[in-house]
Amino acid sequence: MVYIVGLLSLVFLALAFMVFGRLTSVMKSVGTSGEQETYGGTSNKINGAMFMVFLILGTIAATWSFIHSTQYFLPEASSIHGRRTDGLFWGSMAIVTASALLTNILLFYFAYKYQYKDGKRATYYPENHKLELLWTVVPAVVMAIMVFTGWKAWRDIMSEAPEGAQEVELVGKQFNWIARYPGVDNNKLGAFNYKLIDNNNEVGIDYSDEAAFDDFTAPELHIPVGKPVLIRIRARDVLHSVFIPHMRVKMDAVPGMPTRFWFHPDKTTEQMRNETGNQNFKYEIACTEICGRGHFSMKMNLVVEDQESWNKWCAEQKPLLSSFPEYASRIPASLKAKAAKYLPTVGADTTSTASTGGVASSGSASLR
Amino acid sequence: MATTDATSTASVHVAEHDHHEHYELNFWRKYVFAEDHKTIAKQYLITGIFWAIIGISFSVIFRLQLGFPQMKLEWLRPIIGNWIEESGKLSPDFYLALVTMHGTIMVFFVLTAGLSGTFSNFLIPLQVGARDMASGFMNMLSYWFFFMASLLMFVSIFLETGPAAGGWVVYPPLSALPQAHKGSELGMTLWLSSMALFIVSQLLGGINYITTVINLRTRGMSFSKLPLTIWAFFLTAVLGLISFPVLLSAALLLIFDRSFGTSFFLSDIYIAGEALPNVGGSPILFQHLFWFLGHPEVYIVMLPALGITSEIIATNSRKPIFGYRAMIASMMGIAFLAFIVWAHHMFVTGMNPFLGSVFMFLTLIIAVPSAVKAFNYITTLWRGNIRFTPAMLFSIGLVSFFISGGVTGLILGNAALDIQLHDTYFVVAHFHLVMGASSAFGLLAGVYHWFPKMFGRMMNDKLGYVHFWLTFIGIYSVFFPMHYIGIAGFPRRYYSFTSNDFTSNIFQDMNAFISLAAIVTFSAQFLFLYNFIHSLIKGKRATVNPWQSNTLEWTTPVIPGHGNWPGEIPAVYRWPYDYSKPGAKDDFIPQNVPYSQTPESNLPHEKELISLEQAIEAQNFNDQFKQPH
Repeated sequence: MVYIVGLLSLVFLALAFMVFGRLTSVMKSVGTSGEQETYGGTSNKINGAMFMVFLILGTIAATWSFIHSTQYFLPEASSIHGRRTDGLFWGSMAIVTASALLTNILLFYFAYKYQYKDGKRATYYPENHKLELLWTVVPAVVMAIMVFTGWKAWRDIMSEAPEGAQEVELVGKQFNWIARYPGVDNNKLGAFNYKLIDNNNEVGIDYSDEAAFDDFTAPELHIPVGKPVLIRIRARDVLHSVFIPHMRVKMDAVPGMPTRFWFHPDKTTEQMRNETGNQNFKYEIACTEICGRGHFSMKMNLVVEDQESWNKWCAEQKPLLSSFPEYASRIPASLKAKAAKYLPTVGADTTSTASTGGVASSGSASLR
Repeated sequence: MATTDATSTASVHVAEHDHHEHYELNFWRKYVFAEDHKTIAKQYLITGIFWAIIGISFSVIFRLQLGFPQMKLEWLRPIIGNWIEESGKLSPDFYLALVTMHGTIMVFFVLTAGLSGTFSNFLIPLQVGARDMASGFMNMLSYWFFFMASLLMFVSIFLETGPAAGGWVVYPPLSALPQAHKGSELGMTLWLSSMALFIVSQLLGGINYITTVINLRTRGMSFSKLPLTIWAFFLTAVLGLISFPVLLSAALLLIFDRSFGTSFFLSDIYIAGEALPNVGGSPILFQHLFWFLGHPEVYIVMLPALGITSEIIATNSRKPIFGYRAMIASMMGIAFLAFIVWAHHMFVTGMNPFLGSVFMFLTLIIAVPSAVKAFNYITTLWRGNIRFTPAMLFSIGLVSFFISGGVTGLILGNAALDIQLHDTYFVVAHFHLVMGASSAFGLLAGVYHWFPKMFGRMMNDKLGYVHFWLTFIGIYSVFFPMHYIGIAGFPRRYYSFTSNDFTSNIFQDMNAFISLAAIVTFSAQFLFLYNFIHSLIKGKRATVNPWQSNTLEWTTPVIPGHGNWPGEIPAVYRWPYDYSKPGAKDDFIPQNVPYSQTPESNLPHEKELISLEQAIEAQNFNDQFKQPH
């Protein structure tokens, strides 16, 4: 309600301006009817002065609002490449803010200083090749430096993930993320096929690949601290984009084209809680590519912990195959023996065969 | 003998009379299906203004949601009906529809058709010295194709399932799969059909602009004497002609994917409980095709505004534009580079990172000609004798936005920094300042400046000043704080920021402030609207050359008739920027004044040009009848 009142008052303000403008124009037309247009009048002086007022007040407002806003900016990055791009960002920001400020000052000051005066004549000054060359070359050099530093960072960030990076997989769907882990035994992500997706096998794990047997999924992403982590990214339905703001990570999830992003997290969730003084602090993963009605609410929590507790957490998780032993029917005969340890004990063999039939048919239905 | 003479003269008169009567067009041919470039320009302008009101009011509605998430919006129900949910809040589906339509309408219908359509049509024949466009008929078709595109888009707003809602970039698979999103149903079909018609309109218009500029210039109007407006419109038309067909191909392929079961952009999709049969397509392909238009589109929107600004700043500073040739060179540079920077919109889409590096280098090169243009505008002001007409105020405002919004392009064009900032409010702030607000200011400046030529009356200055200051301060208040929100990581196209810890509970006051500023800015536009309509009817009568400008349109009658000049089209002898020339009596010398008449102000090299004047005068390429026909 308060806002409606506010809105109405603003509309009223605009209307008041309108009336004011009308009045002045009427008065003006009465005063100077029939005269030839002149330009050195009060309006010209006011407009000239307004540019200076705008420049000064605008600079103050910009400075104040920046200082006020810094408290809400994201804290220092929790990944190694993130700190590098942060440094580059603020360095570049300093350069461009300074140049924008300088050029805006010149623009507004010249507008004010050289406003119309009767009898004055503008300087006929059509070109100056030296000057033009100067302001072509200087921006070019500054930009070349910015590009070069940026390019080096980009090349390093986008390089192949180092040997021994911990792999995890993130799958986007409307409207949540699913994390798949390579499992505790072989630490290798198994194959996948979108045609195998169903309600239980949400990421389409393909059990004809033995690396898939120990894979498990979770609604939360846990990663170990202090070593490179490679996220393999997929989408099930439409485009999504993995955004981990505190890690300075962003990469689209594309149906039919797996993407990846590797980074080196070096602060655990616990450390961040202490640093920010916020005991409820959580790393988060958001979606930054419009994906439909629930786009804004598509999120996942990220837990960064030390290697030991990460190992422990992984060991506590149950491979998908163990939760849904029906999928055993998709395992080729040659690999059945290897999968046995993830399946319920042989005693329950008869029940598992009974259920496989059902899954096999539903599986082939989805394969069509 | 005498009698025969008399009868022959009489018959000539009769013939002429017939000739004239032939052009007494009926209402439909004169105002609706008109072929006169000036009428078509006004049609574009009015349609553009209509769309601008709709487009901006959409942004105000979604700003209410963003600024005041708790607000009950039941009072909007009479207008937008069931898009207000039971709880009194905007539906998230409709939020996305608003965002999408705001982008589409503003980029294509207002700043492409409304800006380039209006001023290219109006100014090209008048400033190059032509009776009309090369093909009046194609020009008419161009407007009516645009009208049909508008109609389809307008109808789509009222659909039960809503208009397209996948963002103005309409990335598939979201836009291709009706089961993924309400906005991908009939609304998307209409969006694509509308865009196809729009592209046809742009191509018909563009061919005309290019042909007219190349073929129909008057005597003596060499390319090196063209006003910068014409250079800008010409290069814009070239950009559009090359890039719009690519968008058409993208739209057609998307129509195929949606309706005929092809897989250009679809692959490996499991949605609504079933795996789709499509394999082998690539959503990235669509993005490449889209941005191959999408990036030049930024300059299609921007170049006309910069051209208009060049003209207005020179006229009102009473100085030649600084570095005329450098301005042309930068525009050509921008026009060329515009085609090879598109993938900087796609750094983190999974595109090969090596391509990212290439596009990063190319992107930052385009900043150099842009910087040159900004410096040249500032130097044009230096030691001028500046008249702050409303058009001049808007032009100075444009330069300020162009700089403030442009510099952050250096940040976003840097792939490493784009990782964090991509699809956040930082991007929103950047492009709204550098291309949205700037070219909107170009449009407004153009209307204020050429209103006297269009309608024969002056707009009210005082209202123009108030309009400018409210809009200028308003736009900075809206978009400057968005940088902060972007740095804090707020993603674009979010219906609300309550789901994530890193966005909830912060910047609520800032978002409320932005929304209030947006409402004030929007309200201020009604000042313009009032001024426009009021001046149309009751404005002060314009004089022939109210701004004491040099270009040819001010040599026509106050209200130019069909054919623009009553007699012969004037010849052109000098460049359009002879303002405040030392020695000259007045502080302006129009382009049609020969050097032989201004011995007191001629520069040394210009004295030699006097000898060429006879030859220029004698030429007659495009005006055989020496009168409108």
